[in-house]
Amino acid sequence: MALSPPVLETRGLHKNFGALQVARGIDFSLERGARHALIGPNGAGKTSFVNLLTGVLRPTAGRVLLHGEDVTRLSQAGRARRGIARTFQINQLFRGLTVLENVCLAVGERTGACNNLWRPAGAGREVIDEALGLLQALRIQDDALRRVSELPYGRQRLVEIAIALGQRPKVLLLDEPAAGVPSAESHLILDVVDSLPQDIAVLIIEHDMDVVFRFARHITVLVAGGILTQGTPAEIAADERVRAIYLGEEAHG
Amino acid sequence: MAGTEPAAPASAAAAEFLLRRHRLRPAEALPWLIALGAYFAFPDYMALGTQILITILFALSLDLILGYAGIVTLGHAAFFGTGAYAAGLLSAKLGWSEPLSGLAVAGLCAAAVGFVSGWVLLRYRGLALLMLTLATAIMLYELGNARADLTGGYDGVTGIAIKPLFGRFEYDLYGHTYYLYALAVLFVLFMVARRIVYSPFGQALIGIRENVRRMHAVGSPVHRRLVTVYTVAAAMAGVAGGLFAQSNAFVSLSALGFERSATVLIMLVLGGTGRLYGAFLGAAIYMLLEDSLAKLSPEFWEFGVGLVLVLTVLFARRGLLGLLEDAWRALERLWR
Repeated sequence: MALSPPVLETRGLHKNFGALQVARGIDFSLERGARHALIGPNGAGKTSFVNLLTGVLRPTAGRVLLHGEDVTRLSQAGRARRGIARTFQINQLFRGLTVLENVCLAVGERTGACNNLWRPAGAGREVIDEALGLLQALRIQDDALRRVSELPYGRQRLVEIAIALGQRPKVLLLDEPAAGVPSAESHLILDVVDSLPQDIAVLIIEHDMDVVFRFARHITVLVAGGILTQGTPAEIAADERVRAIYLGEEAHG
Repeated sequence: MAGTEPAAPASAAAAEFLLRRHRLRPAEALPWLIALGAYFAFPDYMALGTQILITILFALSLDLILGYAGIVTLGHAAFFGTGAYAAGLLSAKLGWSEPLSGLAVAGLCAAAVGFVSGWVLLRYRGLALLMLTLATAIMLYELGNARADLTGGYDGVTGIAIKPLFGRFEYDLYGHTYYLYALAVLFVLFMVARRIVYSPFGQALIGIRENVRRMHAVGSPVHRRLVTVYTVAAAMAGVAGGLFAQSNAFVSLSALGFERSATVLIMLVLGGTGRLYGAFLGAAIYMLLEDSLAKLSPEFWEFGVGLVLVLTVLFARRGLLGLLEDAWRALERLWR
């Protein structure tokens, strides 16, 4: 059977900061349309792994493949243009701009509209309409013309996702999408995460096990920079080592 | 989720919101009317007026990179000086004295310096960039000093002549023609800067200023965007330098000096960054203040300028223009 290569794959990924190893030979793959969760205790190297995937960090050794093509030496922006989008654990928004402009930037950079020095920004209706469509899908269209800094934090988290979707990604990395959101509002974000387009491969980093088990069809457990185990939610839930780690963590409070 | 078709009224409203900023507002006529009015009201001050217009253009070019793209620089005079020497030497050494093409050459030379230095320096940000721009400008200054045979060193380039504008308009002793010429050049380049700022490219620059990390993450070619605007701003600063050389018929190393880089930064902060007209206000206020205070006290005028700057930074973070905007809004509220 001729298998198409995974959308995103790493082979023997290593990253050292001096003596500190944040990634120890990670072999990982994300299939088309995947719903994958990355879990692990604090300091396990989850965010470093995302940074290695997106090109913020260069690995000490190993390779990153996108659609079977080696992108290890490609810059962050280069990978983004090829379809890797991410959201940040702590909002990285354009706070002084409106919600619409935030998303327009992502759309405009993707389509090349932002190369234009001469046309007024408002004249690019196709960019505006695409951005508005995304805001509508995330049900924040009423905030389109408000400054991001004026929005409640939960809505800002949705803008964070809207920007990433504006990139029309093939792979979407969600770094704790509901982090910092009051629990009463977190369902708004999780609903959005649940209804992401099926053809996008999604990797979610999450601490909340309810979210992980609700969302993921596949789970990878990262401990001290290495993969402890991978499997379906049922397999992970039954794994004694994983339970020990999480029970241990909970015992610490 | 891949995005639905937005309702037509929402789409139109959003486009209107973005376009409205780009449209000229009636209030924007004010500075130009004042500049034109000054021509008739103060015929004896045309020399000072011309220098103010040139400095506004210089400050405007700084606003493009500092105010919009967030590039901090203490070496912007490098481009002003390059333009001034280009226009000056073109006339003094090569005998080419047609004014408009002289400005074009000034702009192109400065753009070349901006492109090359920007390509190298704009990989850095913040303090490192500040030091690198400073060092680059100092190196250019010393290069000018070392080639005193060409630049005249501290004595400067003399013998700069310019032909009548369009072959028709002669220059009088009081600089009336040159004032209008400088005003026209400023107006055209101001409109170009305005166009760029409100373009999608301008939006991307603001994105870089607001959050460069996210711009990398959405795939923006940040370095290319910065080099582009740096080159455009260098060209504008070069044209300002060219006007300076032509209007004074003289260029010396001070055109490249650190003091000029620092002063233009002060003017822009005084007027307000990232709002185009801040360059207008800041340069005009600074130079008028300098002129009147220097008459009042030739020795201590800088104290007065320093005081105004300190008060601005402490109480009007967004510059004098920001202060004016706040006052205007307060008035509007009272009205209702």
